[in-house]
Amino acid sequence: MKLVYFASVREAIGLSHEEREVPNDLRTVGDLVAWLAGQSEEYASALNDRSRLRFALDQNLVAADALLGGGQELAIFPPVTGG
Amino acid sequence: MRHVRISSTPIQPDQELAVLAGLGGGALSSFTGIARDDGGVTAIELEHYPGMTEACLSSLIEAATARWSLLGALITHRVGIVPVGAPVVVVGAASLHRAEALEATAFLIDRLKTEAPFWKREHYADGTAKWVEAKPSDDARSDRWS
Repeated sequence: MKLVYFASVREAIGLSHEEREVPNDLRTVGDLVAWLAGQSEEYASALNDRSRLRFALDQNLVAADALLGGGQELAIFPPVTGG
Repeated sequence: MRHVRISSTPIQPDQELAVLAGLGGGALSSFTGIARDDGGVTAIELEHYPGMTEACLSSLIEAATARWSLLGALITHRVGIVPVGAPVVVVGAASLHRAEALEATAFLIDRLKTEAPFWKREHYADGTAKWVEAKPSDDARSDRWS
């Protein structure tokens, strides 16, 4: 799956995007984020405050309880601040 | 006339809005957001999610067009480094009478602030930079259109 990071999340992880094999038993966006946070201290720190994370699955905003389904691209980022 | 543009070069509100002026309506409303000098800020830097950004702004214009009787609407948004005093975003709406254009303009900028995938970082004179925090008041303004 393609994982994409923006703003403070991108800086904390140190990557703008990456391809990852993710376990088949992850059902929701939140499951994937919890799994990713367990991969290293950098990820744990970047994804620590779940209330401050927002998600887009295949470029549509979704909540943490959204099903991954056959999603190809998950973006993780802080609340948006445009305009 | 529906138009979305992401620009990495300076934008001029009058030029952006010119396409809305000749549509035959009696009302053209617009909002221009400007990089603000917030306690020593010299510039802001905008990052976005290419692809999702354009789709999101287009869907906001679709929603505004479905809700109000508009002759046209546009959103132009800067990305990259924007010096203090320069435009960051221009939103415009044209309609036969003023109420529709005024309300649609407020709707578009309020929703853009809470839904469009842009992130701002403030740059200071001493060379430091800081990500801007989202404001709860922006959520409240966006929610009033629900």
